[in-house]
Amino acid sequence: MAATARDLSKVESVIQLKGVNKWFGQFHVLTDINLDVKEGEKIVICGPSGSGKSTLIRCINRLEEHQRGDIVVHGVTLSNDVKNIEAIRREVGMVFQSFNLFPHLTILDNLTLAPIWVKKTPKKEAEEIAMSLLTRVRIPEQALKYPGQLSGGQQQRVAIARALCMRPKIMLFDEPTSALDPEMVKEVLDVMIELAREGMTMLCVTHEMGFARAVADRVIFMDRGEIVEQNEPEAFFANPRNERTKLFLGQILHNH
Amino acid sequence: MTDAMPAGDRKPIAPPVDETGPLGWARKNLFSSWGNGITTIVLLAFVVWVLDWFLEWALFTANFTATTGAECRGGGACWALIREKFRYIFFGSFPYEQHWRPLFAVIAMLAMLVLSADRRMWNWRLLVIWGVGSFVTFLLMFGQLHIPLSLILAVALIAGGIGLALRSGLATPSERMAYYALVGIGAVGLVLRIAGVLPSWSIAIAPLSYVETSLWGGLPVTLILATYGLAFAFPYGILLALGRRSNLPLIKGLCVGFIELIRGVPLISLLIMASVMLPLFLPSGTTIDKFLRAQVAVILFAGAYIAEVIRGGLQSLPKGQFEAADAMGLNYPQKTLLIILPQALRVVIPPLINTFIGFFKDTSLVLIIGIFDFLNTANQALVDPNWAGFPGEVYLFAAFVYFIFCYSMSRYSKYLELELNKGTRR
Repeated sequence: MAATARDLSKVESVIQLKGVNKWFGQFHVLTDINLDVKEGEKIVICGPSGSGKSTLIRCINRLEEHQRGDIVVHGVTLSNDVKNIEAIRREVGMVFQSFNLFPHLTILDNLTLAPIWVKKTPKKEAEEIAMSLLTRVRIPEQALKYPGQLSGGQQQRVAIARALCMRPKIMLFDEPTSALDPEMVKEVLDVMIELAREGMTMLCVTHEMGFARAVADRVIFMDRGEIVEQNEPEAFFANPRNERTKLFLGQILHNH
Repeated sequence: MTDAMPAGDRKPIAPPVDETGPLGWARKNLFSSWGNGITTIVLLAFVVWVLDWFLEWALFTANFTATTGAECRGGGACWALIREKFRYIFFGSFPYEQHWRPLFAVIAMLAMLVLSADRRMWNWRLLVIWGVGSFVTFLLMFGQLHIPLSLILAVALIAGGIGLALRSGLATPSERMAYYALVGIGAVGLVLRIAGVLPSWSIAIAPLSYVETSLWGGLPVTLILATYGLAFAFPYGILLALGRRSNLPLIKGLCVGFIELIRGVPLISLLIMASVMLPLFLPSGTTIDKFLRAQVAVILFAGAYIAEVIRGGLQSLPKGQFEAADAMGLNYPQKTLLIILPQALRVVIPPLINTFIGFFKDTSLVLIIGIFDFLNTANQALVDPNWAGFPGEVYLFAAFVYFIFCYSMSRYSKYLELELNKGTRR
């Protein structure tokens, strides 16, 4: 596996979480999270629902605010400073479970919006970048349609292209295939695998264990707001050490 | 299955004759059962009876030519009264020989509204249309306009500011320079003007005789109050709605307080306050035109209602839309103008136009403070002792004119909904 062949210990960290804690009201959703993500590393995060995995990656681009600990992205420490947050969001792309395309804009406008308004890219150049990315996710012919006219799988591929238009250094995926019909999961995963092979730093919350086996450098198992276990995919699936991991893997792999 | 032909070769079979055509339609929808058939016949008879009575009164026995009320009596509708009074009803006490001015002012406003209704104009052209339309309207109505230097400077400052805010990143360097120049000239000029360095100079455009607002009346008054009332209340309502959803407690509190306060009182009480109480609080010697005071009251009142309608649209958007915009690094104004408002406003077109129609009619309440809007001039036309005793005709005529405007708005709402939702249905 090409991705695991590199020696990651020598590569620079692009995301560091140190002792991160978060509460929703009285509910302790993240407990003492420590995580170091190296440049180009692909991490798959799994765990039962409500374990805090989505909240964890949403803290990285400040869609959720953490209350204790430090999050450093590309050398910038997240704080309440809006400039800091916007700087980080320019470097971090995100793909959502429910696509969240803008229904009132065409596919092309969905893609060029952020480059034009946030990065001040000239319109023509932004459109060229957008078209090349649409070609990459294999739907250039849909550029002038509206999101509502596309299938779920196509919409999610557009969402990936939209995030890539900002030329992000890091991509966050929040259960990107969970809202898709089964026959469309593969087309989205193929795009993600391609992206991984090109060296993008990726954090994916997903239950697609095939994807984890194919590209992940590390699989993280979360339960009740804690990182319970993390390992390379081979070892993670072959020899889970924690009882909770074993139980979880038993449940989800049983269905595959 | 040898007898099954491939679908493509199958001869189309016509539907049964008694199910299609006007006869089939009538059988299915009007006479599907005994009860249904009887209902149809009874209702039809009722409609014919009412229509027969109305046409008899309004057309066949109506008097179109009488010169006094006495000649009219005894017959059907006295439309001669409208014929006699229509200039007063439409233009009020505006000097009689100058009636062409309010007429063209009304035409200018209608042209402005019809042009703005076209979606292709929703860009910089809208500013031009409203600038030119408003200038023509008020020049015709007043006859003379004095544009003070401070107003020109303020417009330069605001125009430059809007240009910088909305076109950042899209503008060419020279265009951006122009905006900076406008802002610079406007800001420096205003400071110098306030400091007294620049004189209180104004441009006078005075091609016609001056007609003060107390002489205005009829349709132009109703149209001005409604058009500018809603044109200002709309952006104001958007700001209130956004403010109400703000995370900053002070802004949120102010907006909620204002909306609840305004919604809690009748428009009439607000109009009376504006006309009777406001002058008491002003330093003696300063007067604000009564018409302007009524206009401001309408704007404040409509703004609060529009804000609540728009808030409904903002709340109907899925959280994911806000998150996607945030995750891309859009800042608050960009997120609001590019993602949130275009979607929220689309959702609320029907209730929004409903509010607009309501306020178009509510402008008639200004008669309470002695402003002669269209309904009030119609009312005054009845006072003439020569023509006493025909309120039905006058109010029916006024209702007909109001109906034309309100029904147009209602149709436009329908068109807008279809037009904006083309291909974007979720």
